[in-house]
Amino acid sequence: MTITQEHAPNPAAGDPSRPIGFGRLQRKEDPRFVRGKGNYIDDIVLPGMLHGAILRAPVAHARLVSIDTTEALAHPKVLAVITGKDLQALKLAWAPTLSADVQAVLVTDKVRFQGQEVAFVVAEDRYAARDALELIDVEYDMLPPVIDARRALDPGAPVIRDDIEGRTDNRIFDWEIGDAAETEAVFATADLVVAQEVVYPRVHPAPMETCGAVADFDPVDGRLTLYETTQAPHAHRTLYAIVAGIPEHKIRIVSPDIGGGFGNKVGIYPGYVLAVVGSIVTGKPVKWVEDRSENLMSTSFARDYIMQGEIAATKDGKILAVRTNVLADHGAFNATAQPTKNPAGFFSIFTGSYDLKAAYCKVTGVYTNKAPGGVAYACSFRVTEAVYLVERMVDILARKLEMDPAELRLKNFIKPEQFPYANKTGWVYDSGNYEPAMRLSMQMAGYDDLRREQLEKRERGELMGIGVSFFTETVGAGPRKHFDIVGLGMADGAELRVHPTGKAVVRISVQSQGQGHETTFAQIVAEELGIPPESIDVVHGDTDQTPFGLGTYGSRSTPVSGGAVALVARKVREKAKFIAAAMLETRPEDLEWEKGRWFVKGDPSVGKTIAEIAFGAHGTVALPEGIDGNLDAEVTYDPPNLTFPFGAYICVVDVDAGTGHVKVRRFIAVDDCGTRINPMIIEGQVHGGLTDGVGMALMQIIAFDEEGNCLSGSFMDYLIPTAMEVPDWETGFTVTPSPHHPIGAKGIGESATVGSPPAIVNAIVDALTPYGVTHMDMPCTPARVWEAMQGRARPPV
Amino acid sequence: MQIPAPFDYERASDVANALVLLERHGPESRIIAGGHSLLPMMKLRLARPEWLIDINDLAELDFIRREGDQLRIGALTRHTTLLESADVAELFPIIRDAEQVIADPVVRNRGTIGGSLCQADPAEDLSTVCDVLRAQAVIRGPDGERIVAMSDFHRGPYETAVAQNELLYEIRFTIHPRSGSAYEKVERRVGDWAVVAAGAAVGLSQDGTIEEAAIGLTAVGLDGTVPEAEATLRGRQPHEDLFIEAARIAAAVCHPVDDQRGPVDYKRHLADELTRRVLRRACARAAGAQEG
Amino acid sequence: MTVNGDKVTREIEPRVLLVHFIRENLGLTGTHWGCDTSNCGTCVVLMDGQPVKSCTVLAAMADGHDIRTVEGLAVGGTLDPVQQGFMEEHGLQCGFCTPGMMLTARALLDRNPHPDDAEIRQAISGQICRCTGYATIVRSVQWAAAHPLGTDAATDDGGAGATIEEGVTA
Repeated sequence: MTITQEHAPNPAAGDPSRPIGFGRLQRKEDPRFVRGKGNYIDDIVLPGMLHGAILRAPVAHARLVSIDTTEALAHPKVLAVITGKDLQALKLAWAPTLSADVQAVLVTDKVRFQGQEVAFVVAEDRYAARDALELIDVEYDMLPPVIDARRALDPGAPVIRDDIEGRTDNRIFDWEIGDAAETEAVFATADLVVAQEVVYPRVHPAPMETCGAVADFDPVDGRLTLYETTQAPHAHRTLYAIVAGIPEHKIRIVSPDIGGGFGNKVGIYPGYVLAVVGSIVTGKPVKWVEDRSENLMSTSFARDYIMQGEIAATKDGKILAVRTNVLADHGAFNATAQPTKNPAGFFSIFTGSYDLKAAYCKVTGVYTNKAPGGVAYACSFRVTEAVYLVERMVDILARKLEMDPAELRLKNFIKPEQFPYANKTGWVYDSGNYEPAMRLSMQMAGYDDLRREQLEKRERGELMGIGVSFFTETVGAGPRKHFDIVGLGMADGAELRVHPTGKAVVRISVQSQGQGHETTFAQIVAEELGIPPESIDVVHGDTDQTPFGLGTYGSRSTPVSGGAVALVARKVREKAKFIAAAMLETRPEDLEWEKGRWFVKGDPSVGKTIAEIAFGAHGTVALPEGIDGNLDAEVTYDPPNLTFPFGAYICVVDVDAGTGHVKVRRFIAVDDCGTRINPMIIEGQVHGGLTDGVGMALMQIIAFDEEGNCLSGSFMDYLIPTAMEVPDWETGFTVTPSPHHPIGAKGIGESATVGSPPAIVNAIVDALTPYGVTHMDMPCTPARVWEAMQGRARPPV
Repeated sequence: MQIPAPFDYERASDVANALVLLERHGPESRIIAGGHSLLPMMKLRLARPEWLIDINDLAELDFIRREGDQLRIGALTRHTTLLESADVAELFPIIRDAEQVIADPVVRNRGTIGGSLCQADPAEDLSTVCDVLRAQAVIRGPDGERIVAMSDFHRGPYETAVAQNELLYEIRFTIHPRSGSAYEKVERRVGDWAVVAAGAAVGLSQDGTIEEAAIGLTAVGLDGTVPEAEATLRGRQPHEDLFIEAARIAAAVCHPVDDQRGPVDYKRHLADELTRRVLRRACARAAGAQEG
Repeated sequence: MTVNGDKVTREIEPRVLLVHFIRENLGLTGTHWGCDTSNCGTCVVLMDGQPVKSCTVLAAMADGHDIRTVEGLAVGGTLDPVQQGFMEEHGLQCGFCTPGMMLTARALLDRNPHPDDAEIRQAISGQICRCTGYATIVRSVQWAAAHPLGTDAATDDGGAGATIEEGVTA
């Protein structure tokens, strides 16, 4: 048999519209999705499967007096009702969080937020499970709640976490970074200091698919198969092993197609654990899928940072230092999903894209009687908050200096020759070339014309605003020596097998929630080996099928797993060289690579394609010493540094002076994510993030009343932009590869979510200049904009 | 997903049958048409009817008819049908204005005018529209038909003149010459309930003075229209100063409440601002109708 | 009722929501759900050719009506131009809202074969997408409008065709 016909002469040369490697390519996952053949959590049906539903607390803070489950248990279709007491007996009432805290799986002592899990019903169908919730009788003894984070540390504030021995207040941590004294010295001598409280309100990622799980525990061999909506299947497996005491080799986590994640599906939620317990108790598979209110009220929210910002500058507009003091509301349990050593995530990148003399920040984390979380919604571990703070402060400074905000930024950028650039809070920015990106965005926007138009409109009393933001992201965590989550180093594995006929399978440890991993990772292998992407299968989301790694969040898939895949492909390529040499009866050092084949230096007609080499490796070719009979490899990639994508965004808004209604008229986004693997997918990632930005800037907030009732518990009140609120995005790009990443790629998943809110708010504040407005907090709803116009801008919390 | 509590279901074959079923199943039975108000309430288990009587087969309730000086709209007419009706657009542009901002296009495919009016949500747009157009509700019951003026139809939030054993049959609108109407809503996002909305209808005399006027406001705690402001308009020539005066009165008499959509003074400001806008537009439309 | 051209009959509780009937009784899991309040439009199916939110329609109410789901978009092995357009123009990412978006697009094009962008945005304004930012959905529908069934491009069944990138370069 010969396979040379199929690929000779060189499979990688050919139609540029079907790139073998990087370039615009339709997604490999789309054919199943457009036919309705995706396989999401609620699509999974196992034989004999039961359904679970969670009874949730109607109040924010209350002692649990009693639970009566008699009537629910008497329901003919109910098989089990599990309470906190039952879990205590199993030692499962509390589970460790991702931030060295514990969280109640079911309430045992007291309720700590509205929507907290109180009891779990397992029934024959989902309707019966819901019905039975109404039959559970719970008695609560009300306690005063702590809702306002600003009051959480008041002396005499109710102590929320009295479950933790010795705890007498609601302080979770105090964390600082930068040189306080040096920063104070710069501030003391600066020409100009501007201060502003900047609030990034609590928001929620709200993926279209809510969270859920199907647990299938086999009592005979003690094996647990858990289908879950998780962005991090391997980390979950390890944690379940620790929590539930099931040996790790007996746990298989399957993350099927995920209907959007945005950081909402990183943590381990009580519902997942309860599905497992339900399966163990009943001996049958148990499905639990939350409804929308449960999703919004109990799973990981994002942000909730109250930031006191200060910026110091010379009178001619040289920014000298930034300083901030942050109050961080983490809710009732510290369950943020972020690297262990970074309790404020990567907030310390608040120095932004500017060459500063000094910077300092202090962050205080507090408990409140609200749902736990904080790190989610495409935040790159709190880079969203950092960029929002610095980009608002720079704009406020520009106003004070009466300088154009774009000019002020251009004047203060870190210069290309300063990279790698060590900032004042310990980051080393890998590469950057900021001015061209800024200039390109201004050119695309027609910046000067827009300013002229604005002037004309102002004279007519019309409110038009132009907002600029420039951001530097910090993604791809990260080097194992610096970053871990609950002790697990943030590296990722990849395994690559090239089958005898030259087709390949690559197994990765990260998990797509829509980002297109099956395409992007195939393209990386294609670029390295010259195998067409359609001949490469990408396997992900199943711990039995993939190597260990920490998963997809913080824009880390391409920076970390992308590196792993490039390196594993190079390992295969190197091995292929030895096999090709044996096949060609020459020495490996006499061979040269072109995409898809090794050939003899000086005689390109003599060579072997990857497919030929694969067949040789698995065939009868006499292999050199130390080369085994396959074309496979595996690696675990520990990145040497993070990557630092950046971008320049310009937003144009029109504000209805009579109603305060804001219309985003135009949005120009120039992104630099280093090497671009699939421009179509990159553009899609940017578009989605920009829409998030419109949501946060204009309409989104998870709000509470004084009793701690969540006022945003459905899509009637937690508003997400529709096609009517967003413009036709205008995107552009520059390319500044990462010097340390194997293919120079930096990641793009969260750039737009990070960069767009300040551009929009800056535009709105700019529009309101005639009213003397210098700052307003999100969300810029019509009412809040109008209040700002009346000189009554107020924080949302 | 949230799921309604159990109930029984029956389809009515015609209006008479619907009334029989309402009578038979008693106080715990409810009519369901589009279902977009009732079903979400039932999923939250805030509404727990024991019987649902489905009237979606009642084609006799789905009509838009122009008869003499009246436009008659059947209670089962879908929002989409209203939005696409040339008669509605020509005679009562306020209905079209409102329909464009009621929920979203997919919901409008199911939701009905009768359902909206009978739900009587204080933030519901068509209630204001019908108030402003001084519409009449035709209600059928075991004792026959009765006609109720819109001012008597609404009995407060979520309450109407339609008794448990009755059915809203149609809404009648009187066509006036040289008339114009308009509706404008401020919402936090497309498809959201109103922060505040305003509607106005005017009829002009031959010389262009305002002969008849109606002003209505949505989501600001007002029952019916604003007679004080309407009185100000009557007999006077349309003019910006007049609109300002009328709007100021409307803003003063409404009773908004502070909530997630905004504080009281903002809503009062919107009542003022939007009243001016709809008066301006309604008068322009009436003048256009006059010229045309 | 008729679902994708097939007559179906099941005995069900009156309270069964149409979305559950389609997904669980009929096993057609291409129709998804995303909220409980008829705000998100993930559950959109066509009922007598019109998009409706199947989480807010009782299955019993759909009795006697014609339902079309995403599984009924392709005819034989031929994808609907809308399906092809979503692949061509990256109109989907996670794929969760996609079936509802495509069905609304199909209904729009049936009524208005050449909508402008504003009409497309209006048509899908009752449906939320968290991934795409809508612009590529608009492009996808425009692609479908430009390639109605019967033309060559629309009969290509989802291969890996691709076009050269457009956009601004620095």
